Amino acid sequence: MSALVEVVAVSKLYGDHAAVRGVDLSLRAGECVALVGHNGAGKSTLIKMMLGLCRPSAGRVRVCGEDPAGRHGARLHAGLGYLPENVVFPPSLTGREVLDFYARLKRQNPARNPALLERVGLADAARKKLGAYSKGMRQRLGLAQALLGAPKLLLLDEPTTGLDPASRQDFYEIVTELRDGGAAVLLSSHALSEIEGRTDRIAVMSRGRLVAYGTLAELRGAADLPVRIRVDLTAAAGWSAPVLPSLRCQWIGDRRVELTCANDVKLEVLRQVSGSDVTADIQIMPPTLDDIYAQLMRRAAE
Amino acid sequence: MNAILVIGGAEIRAALRNRWIIAATLLMAALALTLAFLGSAPTGTVGAGPLEVTVVSLSSLTIFLVPLIALLLSYDAIVGEAERGTLLLLLAYPVARWQVVAGKFLGHVVVLGLATTLGYGAAGVVLGAIGAADAESALAFAGMVGSSVLLGAAFLALGYLVSVSVRDRGMAGGLAIGVWLVLVLLYDMALLGLLVADQGRTITEAAFNRLLLLDPADIYRLFNLAGFAKVSLFSGMAGLAEQAQFGRAALLAALGVWIAAPLTLAAILLSRKQL
Repeated sequence: MSALVEVVAVSKLYGDHAAVRGVDLSLRAGECVALVGHNGAGKSTLIKMMLGLCRPSAGRVRVCGEDPAGRHGARLHAGLGYLPENVVFPPSLTGREVLDFYARLKRQNPARNPALLERVGLADAARKKLGAYSKGMRQRLGLAQALLGAPKLLLLDEPTTGLDPASRQDFYEIVTELRDGGAAVLLSSHALSEIEGRTDRIAVMSRGRLVAYGTLAELRGAADLPVRIRVDLTAAAGWSAPVLPSLRCQWIGDRRVELTCANDVKLEVLRQVSGSDVTADIQIMPPTLDDIYAQLMRRAAE
Repeated sequence: MNAILVIGGAEIRAALRNRWIIAATLLMAALALTLAFLGSAPTGTVGAGPLEVTVVSLSSLTIFLVPLIALLLSYDAIVGEAERGTLLLLLAYPVARWQVVAGKFLGHVVVLGLATTLGYGAAGVVLGAIGAADAESALAFAGMVGSSVLLGAAFLALGYLVSVSVRDRGMAGGLAIGVWLVLVLLYDMALLGLLVADQGRTITEAAFNRLLLLDPADIYRLFNLAGFAKVSLFSGMAGLAEQAQFGRAALLAALGVWIAAPLTLAAILLSRKQL
């Protein structure tokens, strides 16, 4: 199936400042991709170009095969849901009123809105003024408007900022449901750890460039960080560290050593260590997502 | 439903909700009634009735008040939405950018129109009830109310132009005040200064009349103070009325240009804007 969103060699300049530099990205139906990067990495700009809100300085953006910044760009928006990074709805309106307004703009029947509000967990707050909403509730309302009209493509710019862990869980459940229903979802986030297991592919951006793109396993491979193995010993005397290239051994206590080795010799290390008479326990500590992210960022900065 | 109507309707609802319409209506009604009662004192034998007096005094007030209200309504219409992040969201809907400008403008015209018609209309009804009006003065009064709405629409359009041209609300507010100062106060003074300095040597009457068309507030003044025989008699602009080369239709058309041109320009600027 052809890509719903195609981004080819896209750059965006604001004056001399390059917000996005030579990014290639594609998004297919039924796929969820995360854009991860610091503030100012170019995530929001990339999403805005997909919406046709600004034009790329170079390269090509296509949504459903059409130019979103072209003459008929606004028509594409009927099948698209967007949640901007910072949005403040009028505080004097109720949640229901705001959603009804956006439903009419999208030519959807507002009578379906109570069900939508219930889906994002705002059924009880529908008649409350937005001034009384918490940050999490406002974010849920933002998600509700993005879901209007069952869009084929969802572009969510930092959707989980300000959500508590339970709401975050609910949010990703909704996203998974949508993806399983055949929608393409692109969401951006600061933290790699947050989206573990939630998305099919991850695009890591740094200062406008795409520094890594792939599944989490591929990113792990790309980061090529050493694995740490902790070994508890029955007696310190009988221990001898395996002799392998890239292996480092460090004592952390009387009867515990920490081995650091490259991922590809991990199995050999484990085989030797588990064969030893003095080994009491082995703990493997793969690099955390935060480690991987930090490593990818470091490499991008070089 | 059409996107323009949806956006316009939302503006009207917002103005009702934050009591903009009520406040503006009450303000205008209070001023109009005050002037109407003051004006209905015996006017002697100058040939002008109470309603004409009210048209003159009220339209002089309108020139200051209505543009101010219009600019206050419109200056943050676009830039304010941009700052709140709702402009990005609005433009991510199946809505063309000119429709955003047109919809908001339509909503604001209705808001301003309601406040003006109800507020000034109250005074008209009172004066009509005490039998101070004949057909011609009633027409003059209705013309004054209608042209006040048009004057407001022109300044709304100028407010949109300000709102799409700048990056933050503070600057938009300052620029809107500047527009008001120039078009309502300074332009007339400059014109007056020019006439005094020129002593009638190079500026002909026709040229002067054309210069007046460059300011919507002056067009409004010409329309109301010089446009009706009995009103111009009282306003002291009878002399001007005799020389005026523009008919009422032409003046209305000129106000129409002052509405359409800034609004079109605002829509074009918004369409080209990189968000």
